[in-house]
Amino acid sequence: MAKTALQFQHNGRDVAIFVDGGTNLLVALRELIGDMTPKFGCGQGGCGTCSVLIDGELHLSCLTLAETVAGRSVETLDGIKEGPNLHPLQRAFADNFAAQCGYCTPGMLMAAKALLNRNPQPSRAEVVEAISGNICRCTGYEPIINAVLAAASGGRARA
Amino acid sequence: MPVTVKTFTSTHDAAAALSSDRSARYLGGGTLVMRALNEGDISISTIVRASDHAMTRIDASGSRITLGAGVTFARILAERELGFLHGPARSIGGPAVRNMGTVGGNLFAPVPYGDFTVAMLALDAVVSVQGGLGGREIPIDEFLQSRDRQTGVLVLAISFAKPGSAEAFRYRKIARIKPKGGAVITLAAHLPVNGSRIVGARVALGSMAPTPIRARAAERALEGRALDTSTIKAAAAAAVEGTSPSDNALASAWYRREIVGVHVRRLLSGQE
Repeated sequence: MAKTALQFQHNGRDVAIFVDGGTNLLVALRELIGDMTPKFGCGQGGCGTCSVLIDGELHLSCLTLAETVAGRSVETLDGIKEGPNLHPLQRAFADNFAAQCGYCTPGMLMAAKALLNRNPQPSRAEVVEAISGNICRCTGYEPIINAVLAAASGGRARA
Repeated sequence: MPVTVKTFTSTHDAAAALSSDRSARYLGGGTLVMRALNEGDISISTIVRASDHAMTRIDASGSRITLGAGVTFARILAERELGFLHGPARSIGGPAVRNMGTVGGNLFAPVPYGDFTVAMLALDAVVSVQGGLGGREIPIDEFLQSRDRQTGVLVLAISFAKPGSAEAFRYRKIARIKPKGGAVITLAAHLPVNGSRIVGARVALGSMAPTPIRARAAERALEGRALDTSTIKAAAAAAVEGTSPSDNALASAWYRREIVGVHVRRLLSGQE
Protein backbone atom coordinates (compact mmCIF):
# COMPACT_ATOMS: atom_id res chain seq x y z
CA MET A 1 0.00 0.00 0.00
CA ALA A 2 1.26 3.46 -0.88
CA LYS A 3 2.74 5.62 1.81
CA THR A 4 1.74 9.23 2.25
CA ALA A 5 4.25 12.08 2.55
CA LEU A 6 3.71 14.14 5.68
CA GLN A 7 5.34 17.38 6.78
CA PHE A 8 4.81 19.18 10.07
CA GLN A 9 6.66 21.08 12.77
CA HIS A 10 8.02 18.90 15.54
CA ASN A 11 9.11 21.00 18.52
CA GLY A 12 9.80 23.95 16.24
CA ARG A 13 11.72 21.92 13.66
CA ASP A 14 10.35 20.99 10.22
CA VAL A 15 10.13 17.25 9.70
CA ALA A 16 9.13 15.22 6.65
CA ILE A 17 8.22 11.54 6.86
CA PHE A 18 6.29 8.88 4.97
CA VAL A 19 3.42 7.21 6.81
CA ASP A 20 1.26 4.17 6.09
CA GLY A 21 -2.47 4.87 5.86
CA GLY A 22 -4.05 4.86 9.31
CA THR A 23 -0.77 5.45 11.22
CA ASN A 24 -1.39 7.33 14.42
CA LEU A 25 0.68 10.32 15.49
CA LEU A 26 2.20 8.47 18.45
CA VAL A 27 3.68 5.80 16.18
CA ALA A 28 4.90 8.49 13.76
CA LEU A 29 6.63 10.39 16.58
CA ARG A 30 8.21 7.37 18.26
CA GLU A 31 9.05 5.06 15.37
CA LEU A 32 9.57 7.44 12.45
CA ILE A 33 10.97 10.55 14.16
CA GLY A 34 12.55 8.86 17.17
CA ASP A 35 10.98 11.09 19.81
CA MET A 36 10.38 8.61 22.64
CA THR A 37 8.90 11.12 25.11
CA PRO A 38 5.22 10.49 24.33
CA LYS A 39 4.40 7.03 25.71
CA PHE A 40 2.05 4.30 24.56
CA GLY A 41 -0.34 3.44 27.37
CA CYS A 42 -3.79 2.20 26.42
CA GLY A 43 -4.30 3.17 22.77
CA GLN A 44 -7.90 4.01 23.68
CA GLY A 45 -7.80 7.59 24.97
CA GLY A 46 -8.13 6.49 28.56
CA CYS A 47 -4.70 7.10 30.10
CA GLY A 48 -3.29 10.33 28.64
CA THR A 49 0.39 9.39 28.62
CA CYS A 50 0.62 9.98 24.85
CA SER A 51 -0.59 13.61 25.24
CA VAL A 52 1.00 16.21 22.97
CA LEU A 53 0.15 19.79 22.00
CA ILE A 54 -1.11 20.29 18.45
CA ASP A 55 -1.14 23.99 17.59
CA GLY A 56 -1.00 24.57 21.34
CA GLU A 57 -4.05 22.41 22.10
CA LEU A 58 -3.82 19.23 24.19
CA HIS A 59 -4.46 16.12 22.06
CA LEU A 60 -4.00 12.38 22.45
CA SER A 61 -1.40 11.39 19.87
CA CYS A 62 -2.50 7.72 19.85
CA LEU A 63 -5.98 8.76 18.66
CA THR A 64 -4.73 11.33 16.15
CA LEU A 65 -4.41 10.21 12.55
CA ALA A 66 -0.86 11.28 11.67
CA GLU A 67 -1.93 12.81 8.35
CA THR A 68 -4.17 15.31 10.13
CA VAL A 69 -1.17 17.21 11.54
CA ALA A 70 0.16 18.12 8.07
CA GLY A 71 1.45 21.70 8.21
CA ARG A 72 0.67 22.02 11.90
CA SER A 73 2.86 22.37 14.97
CA VAL A 74 3.31 19.37 17.29
CA GLU A 75 4.94 19.90 20.66
CA THR A 76 6.08 16.99 22.83
CA LEU A 77 7.83 16.75 26.17
CA ASP A 78 11.15 16.58 24.30
CA GLY A 79 10.64 20.19 23.24
CA ILE A 80 9.91 21.79 26.59
CA LYS A 81 13.38 21.68 28.17
CA GLU A 82 15.21 24.98 27.98
CA GLY A 83 18.65 24.16 26.62
CA PRO A 84 20.48 22.13 29.27
CA ASN A 85 17.97 23.27 31.92
CA LEU A 86 14.74 21.62 32.94
CA HIS A 87 11.50 23.45 32.26
CA PRO A 88 10.06 24.97 35.49
CA LEU A 89 7.32 22.31 35.40
CA GLN A 90 9.89 19.51 35.19
CA ARG A 91 11.86 21.12 38.06
CA ALA A 92 8.67 21.35 40.14
CA PHE A 93 7.80 17.70 39.40
CA ALA A 94 11.26 16.65 40.65
CA ASP A 95 11.12 18.90 43.73
CA ASN A 96 7.64 17.71 44.69
CA PHE A 97 8.22 13.97 44.13
CA ALA A 98 5.54 14.06 41.43
CA ALA A 99 7.01 11.11 39.51
CA GLN A 100 7.50 7.60 40.81
CA CYS A 101 7.59 5.10 37.95
CA GLY A 102 7.44 8.05 35.55
CA TYR A 103 5.30 6.49 32.85
CA CYS A 104 2.48 9.03 33.17
CA THR A 105 4.88 11.97 33.56
CA PRO A 106 5.20 13.02 29.88
CA GLY A 107 1.42 13.25 29.57
CA MET A 108 1.02 14.95 32.95
CA LEU A 109 3.61 17.57 31.99
CA MET A 110 1.99 18.28 28.62
CA ALA A 111 -1.47 18.55 30.23
CA ALA A 112 -0.02 20.88 32.87
CA LYS A 113 1.74 22.94 30.20
CA ALA A 114 -1.50 23.28 28.21
CA LEU A 115 -3.15 24.57 31.38
CA LEU A 116 -0.42 27.05 32.35
CA ASN A 117 -0.18 28.40 28.77
CA ARG A 118 -3.76 29.65 28.95
CA ASN A 119 -4.09 30.10 32.71
CA PRO A 120 -0.76 30.93 34.42
CA GLN A 121 -2.29 31.06 37.93
CA PRO A 122 -4.76 28.17 38.14
CA SER A 123 -6.68 27.15 41.23
CA ARG A 124 -6.27 23.68 42.70
CA ALA A 125 -9.63 22.66 41.17
CA GLU A 126 -8.47 23.86 37.75
CA VAL A 127 -5.30 21.77 38.03
CA VAL A 128 -7.35 18.70 38.97
CA GLU A 129 -9.61 19.30 35.95
CA ALA A 130 -6.61 19.84 33.65
CA ILE A 131 -4.99 16.49 34.51
CA SER A 132 -8.28 14.58 34.77
CA GLY A 133 -7.59 12.81 31.47
CA ASN A 134 -4.25 11.50 32.72
CA ILE A 135 -3.98 8.40 34.87
CA CYS A 136 -1.23 7.90 37.47
CA ARG A 137 -1.12 4.62 39.38
CA CYS A 138 1.79 5.53 41.71
CA THR A 139 1.56 8.95 43.28
CA GLY A 140 -2.09 9.30 44.26
CA TYR A 141 -2.08 12.58 42.25
CA GLU A 142 -1.50 14.92 45.22
CA PRO A 143 2.24 15.44 44.56
CA ILE A 144 1.46 16.10 40.89
CA ILE A 145 -1.19 18.70 41.74
CA ASN A 146 1.21 20.33 44.21
CA ALA A 147 3.98 20.37 41.60
CA VAL A 148 1.79 22.10 39.00
CA LEU A 149 0.69 24.68 41.58
CA ALA A 150 4.32 25.21 42.62
CA ALA A 151 5.40 25.73 39.02
CA ALA A 152 2.52 28.16 38.53
CA SER A 153 3.55 30.30 41.49
CA GLY A 154 7.13 30.45 40.27
CA GLY A 155 8.51 27.77 42.54
CA ARG A 156 6.94 29.11 45.74
CA ALA A 157 4.86 26.51 47.56
CA ARG A 158 1.20 27.31 47.67
CA ALA A 159 -1.68 26.05 49.81
CA MET B 1 -2.97 -3.23 8.92
CA PRO B 2 -2.70 -0.11 6.74
CA VAL B 3 -5.92 1.49 5.67
CA THR B 4 -6.68 3.87 2.84
CA VAL B 5 -7.32 7.46 3.88
CA LYS B 6 -9.55 9.54 1.61
CA THR B 7 -9.95 13.23 2.30
CA PHE B 8 -12.60 15.26 0.46
CA THR B 9 -13.32 18.96 0.45
CA SER B 10 -17.01 18.42 -0.23
CA THR B 11 -19.32 16.58 2.13
CA HIS B 12 -21.19 15.28 -0.90
CA ASP B 13 -18.11 13.42 -2.18
CA ALA B 14 -17.30 12.16 1.32
CA ALA B 15 -20.85 10.82 1.67
CA ALA B 16 -20.61 9.11 -1.70
CA ALA B 17 -17.33 7.43 -0.64
CA LEU B 18 -18.93 6.29 2.63
CA SER B 19 -22.09 4.90 1.08
CA SER B 20 -20.26 2.99 -1.65
CA ASP B 21 -17.88 1.12 0.66
CA ARG B 22 -19.11 -1.03 3.54
CA SER B 23 -15.66 -1.05 5.17
CA ALA B 24 -15.35 2.77 5.13
CA ARG B 25 -15.70 4.81 8.33
CA TYR B 26 -15.88 8.54 8.72
CA LEU B 27 -13.10 9.94 10.90
CA GLY B 28 -14.17 12.88 13.05
CA GLY B 29 -12.12 13.58 16.17
CA GLY B 30 -10.60 10.11 16.16
CA THR B 31 -11.69 9.02 19.63
CA LEU B 32 -13.81 6.17 18.24
CA VAL B 33 -12.34 5.26 14.85
CA MET B 34 -8.63 5.57 15.77
CA ARG B 35 -9.33 3.58 18.91
CA ALA B 36 -10.88 0.84 16.77
CA LEU B 37 -7.84 0.85 14.45
CA ASN B 38 -5.46 0.71 17.44
CA GLU B 39 -7.36 -2.34 18.65
CA GLY B 40 -6.88 -3.99 15.25
CA ASP B 41 -10.45 -3.70 13.96
CA ILE B 42 -10.11 -5.30 10.53
CA SER B 43 -13.65 -4.34 9.49
CA ILE B 44 -12.31 -0.85 8.68
CA SER B 45 -10.24 -0.64 5.52
CA THR B 46 -10.99 2.92 4.42
CA ILE B 47 -11.05 6.14 6.42
CA VAL B 48 -13.07 9.00 4.97
CA ARG B 49 -12.59 12.63 6.00
CA ALA B 50 -14.21 15.88 4.91
CA SER B 51 -12.56 19.26 5.29
CA ASP B 52 -15.73 21.30 4.62
CA HIS B 53 -15.91 24.19 7.11
CA ALA B 54 -19.68 23.76 7.42
CA MET B 55 -18.94 20.63 9.46
CA THR B 56 -17.42 22.74 12.26
CA ARG B 57 -19.93 25.60 12.27
CA ILE B 58 -21.94 26.61 15.33
CA ASP B 59 -25.12 28.63 14.80
CA ALA B 60 -26.47 29.61 18.21
CA SER B 61 -27.77 33.08 17.41
CA GLY B 62 -31.48 32.30 17.08
CA SER B 63 -34.02 30.15 18.90
CA ARG B 64 -32.95 27.11 16.88
CA ILE B 65 -29.37 25.97 17.43
CA THR B 66 -27.33 24.08 14.84
CA LEU B 67 -24.08 22.34 15.69
CA GLY B 68 -21.91 21.04 12.84
CA ALA B 69 -21.04 17.36 13.30
CA GLY B 70 -17.35 18.25 13.66
CA VAL B 71 -17.87 20.70 16.53
CA THR B 72 -15.77 19.59 19.52
CA PHE B 73 -16.86 19.62 23.15
CA ALA B 74 -14.13 22.19 23.90
CA ARG B 75 -15.77 24.55 21.37
CA ILE B 76 -19.15 24.11 23.06
CA LEU B 77 -17.54 24.97 26.40
CA ALA B 78 -16.11 28.15 24.85
CA GLU B 79 -19.52 29.27 23.58
CA ARG B 80 -21.43 31.40 26.10
CA GLU B 81 -24.72 31.03 24.19
CA LEU B 82 -24.53 27.27 24.79
CA GLY B 83 -24.23 27.53 28.58
CA PHE B 84 -27.01 24.98 29.11
CA LEU B 85 -24.86 22.40 27.28
CA HIS B 86 -21.70 23.06 29.29
CA GLY B 87 -22.70 20.42 31.85
CA PRO B 88 -22.99 17.60 29.28
CA ALA B 89 -19.86 18.80 27.39
CA ARG B 90 -17.75 19.01 30.56
CA SER B 91 -18.85 15.53 31.69
CA ILE B 92 -17.05 13.96 28.73
CA GLY B 93 -13.44 12.78 28.98
CA GLY B 94 -10.55 14.96 30.06
CA PRO B 95 -9.40 18.15 28.28
CA ALA B 96 -7.65 16.23 25.46
CA VAL B 97 -10.74 14.16 24.65
CA ARG B 98 -12.86 17.34 24.71
CA ASN B 99 -10.42 18.97 22.26
CA MET B 100 -10.89 16.01 19.91
CA GLY B 101 -14.30 14.40 20.39
CA THR B 102 -17.16 15.76 18.30
CA VAL B 103 -20.91 16.14 18.55
CA GLY B 104 -21.40 13.98 15.46
CA GLY B 105 -19.12 11.19 16.66
CA ASN B 106 -20.88 11.11 20.02
CA LEU B 107 -24.03 9.89 18.22
CA PHE B 108 -22.13 6.65 17.53
CA ALA B 109 -20.40 6.27 20.91
CA PRO B 110 -21.33 2.96 22.57
CA VAL B 111 -22.16 2.44 26.25
CA PRO B 112 -20.70 3.72 28.63
CA TYR B 113 -20.01 6.75 26.39
CA GLY B 114 -22.31 8.98 24.36
CA ASP B 115 -23.35 11.34 27.18
CA PHE B 116 -23.83 14.34 24.90
CA THR B 117 -26.25 12.36 22.77
CA VAL B 118 -28.43 11.82 25.86
CA ALA B 119 -28.72 15.61 26.15
CA MET B 120 -29.51 15.87 22.42
CA LEU B 121 -32.22 13.22 22.76
CA ALA B 122 -33.89 15.14 25.61
CA LEU B 123 -33.86 18.25 23.37
CA ASP B 124 -35.66 16.41 20.53
CA ALA B 125 -32.77 17.13 18.17
CA VAL B 126 -32.85 16.48 14.44
CA VAL B 127 -29.84 14.86 12.75
CA SER B 128 -28.96 16.11 9.24
CA VAL B 129 -27.32 13.40 7.19
CA GLN B 130 -25.94 13.14 3.69
CA GLY B 131 -26.36 9.75 2.07
CA GLY B 132 -25.30 8.47 -1.32
CA LEU B 133 -28.62 9.62 -2.78
CA GLY B 134 -29.00 12.97 -1.04
CA GLY B 135 -29.52 14.79 2.22
CA ARG B 136 -32.28 14.30 4.78
CA GLU B 137 -33.23 15.11 8.34
CA ILE B 138 -33.89 12.32 10.82
CA PRO B 139 -35.39 12.74 14.31
CA ILE B 140 -32.67 11.70 16.76
CA ASP B 141 -34.64 8.87 18.39
CA GLU B 142 -35.26 7.34 14.98
CA PHE B 143 -31.57 7.82 14.11
CA LEU B 144 -30.45 6.07 17.29
CA GLN B 145 -32.84 3.13 16.81
CA SER B 146 -31.21 2.40 13.46
CA ARG B 147 -27.70 3.51 14.45
CA ASP B 148 -25.97 0.31 13.38
CA ARG B 149 -27.25 0.87 9.84
CA GLN B 150 -26.19 4.53 9.74
CA THR B 151 -22.45 3.98 9.22
CA GLY B 152 -22.93 4.46 5.47
CA VAL B 153 -24.24 8.00 5.86
CA LEU B 154 -22.36 11.17 6.74
CA VAL B 155 -23.76 13.14 9.67
CA LEU B 156 -23.52 16.83 8.78
CA ALA B 157 -25.09 18.58 11.75
CA ILE B 158 -27.48 18.32 14.65
CA SER B 159 -30.10 20.96 15.45
CA PHE B 160 -32.61 21.62 18.21
CA ALA B 161 -34.74 24.37 19.74
CA LYS B 162 -33.04 26.26 22.56
CA PRO B 163 -34.74 25.53 25.91
CA GLY B 164 -37.10 28.34 26.94
CA SER B 165 -35.48 28.72 30.35
CA ALA B 166 -32.39 27.54 32.24
CA GLU B 167 -34.48 25.35 34.60
CA ALA B 168 -36.29 23.66 31.70
CA PHE B 169 -33.19 21.62 30.77
CA ARG B 170 -31.49 19.35 33.28
CA TYR B 171 -28.58 16.94 33.01
CA ARG B 172 -26.94 14.47 35.32
CA LYS B 173 -24.17 11.93 34.76
CA ILE B 174 -23.44 9.26 37.34
CA ALA B 175 -19.79 8.16 37.17
CA ARG B 176 -17.55 6.37 39.63
CA ILE B 177 -14.56 8.60 38.91
CA LYS B 178 -14.86 12.36 39.04
CA PRO B 179 -14.37 14.56 37.15
CA LYS B 180 -13.76 11.95 34.47
CA GLY B 181 -15.12 8.48 33.85
CA GLY B 182 -17.50 6.35 31.83
CA ALA B 183 -21.13 6.59 32.87
CA VAL B 184 -22.94 4.27 35.24
CA ILE B 185 -26.01 6.03 33.87
CA THR B 186 -26.64 9.41 32.23
CA LEU B 187 -29.88 11.39 32.48
CA ALA B 188 -31.21 14.48 30.72
CA ALA B 189 -34.64 16.06 30.88
CA HIS B 190 -36.35 18.88 29.02
CA LEU B 191 -39.45 20.13 30.85
CA PRO B 192 -41.02 23.10 29.08
CA VAL B 193 -43.66 24.70 31.31
CA ASN B 194 -46.86 26.38 30.12
CA GLY B 195 -48.54 28.17 33.03
CA SER B 196 -47.58 25.75 35.77
CA ARG B 197 -48.00 22.57 33.70
CA ILE B 198 -45.31 20.63 31.86
CA VAL B 199 -46.00 20.45 28.13
CA GLY B 200 -43.78 18.26 25.94
CA ALA B 201 -41.81 16.48 28.68
CA ARG B 202 -38.68 14.67 27.51
CA VAL B 203 -36.60 12.35 29.68
CA ALA B 204 -33.58 10.63 28.11
CA LEU B 205 -31.38 7.93 29.60
CA GLY B 206 -27.89 6.75 28.71
CA SER B 207 -26.42 3.30 29.53
CA MET B 208 -29.95 1.95 30.10
CA ALA B 209 -30.07 0.30 26.64
CA PRO B 210 -27.59 -0.28 23.80
CA THR B 211 -28.24 3.32 22.65
CA PRO B 212 -29.57 6.35 24.56
CA ILE B 213 -33.35 5.96 24.95
CA ARG B 214 -36.34 8.05 25.98
CA ALA B 215 -38.02 7.11 29.26
CA ARG B 216 -41.50 7.36 27.76
CA ALA B 217 -43.36 6.13 30.83
CA ALA B 218 -41.66 8.80 32.95
CA GLU B 219 -42.52 11.40 30.28
CA ARG B 220 -46.20 10.36 30.46
CA ALA B 221 -46.13 10.72 34.25
CA LEU B 222 -44.86 14.31 33.84
CA GLU B 223 -46.99 15.43 30.90
CA GLY B 224 -49.66 18.02 31.72
CA ARG B 225 -48.81 18.09 35.41
CA ALA B 226 -47.09 20.51 37.75
CA LEU B 227 -43.62 19.44 38.84
CA ASP B 228 -44.59 18.65 42.44
CA THR B 229 -43.61 15.86 44.82
CA SER B 230 -46.27 13.40 43.70
CA THR B 231 -45.52 13.96 39.99
CA ILE B 232 -41.79 13.49 40.59
CA LYS B 233 -42.49 10.32 42.58
CA ALA B 234 -44.65 8.90 39.76
CA ALA B 235 -42.03 9.75 37.10
CA ALA B 236 -39.22 8.22 39.17
CA ALA B 237 -41.22 5.02 39.66
CA ALA B 238 -41.86 4.78 35.91
CA ALA B 239 -38.27 5.53 34.83
CA VAL B 240 -37.15 1.91 34.61
CA GLU B 241 -40.01 0.90 32.30
CA GLY B 242 -38.86 -0.10 28.82
CA THR B 243 -35.14 -0.07 29.68
CA SER B 244 -32.74 -2.91 28.86
CA PRO B 245 -29.38 -2.13 30.51
CA SER B 246 -26.38 -4.47 30.36
CA ASP B 247 -23.66 -5.50 32.78
CA ASN B 248 -20.28 -3.88 32.34
CA ALA B 249 -17.21 -3.12 34.46
CA LEU B 250 -18.83 0.03 35.86
CA ALA B 251 -22.12 -1.46 37.05
CA SER B 252 -24.44 -4.42 36.63
CA ALA B 253 -27.73 -4.25 34.77
CA TRP B 254 -29.48 -4.94 38.11
CA TYR B 255 -27.76 -1.96 39.76
CA ARG B 256 -28.65 0.34 36.88
CA ARG B 257 -32.31 -0.66 37.14
CA GLU B 258 -32.23 -0.09 40.91
CA ILE B 259 -30.76 3.42 40.75
CA VAL B 260 -32.37 4.93 37.65
CA GLY B 261 -35.51 5.95 39.53
CA VAL B 262 -33.49 7.45 42.38
CA HIS B 263 -31.51 9.63 39.98
CA VAL B 264 -34.60 10.63 37.97
CA ARG B 265 -36.12 11.81 41.26
CA ARG B 266 -32.96 13.79 42.12
CA LEU B 267 -32.76 15.25 38.61
CA LEU B 268 -36.40 16.39 38.69
CA SER B 269 -36.27 17.76 42.23
CA GLY B 270 -33.07 19.69 41.48
CA GLN B 271 -30.96 17.85 44.07
CA GLU B 272 -27.22 17.71 43.63
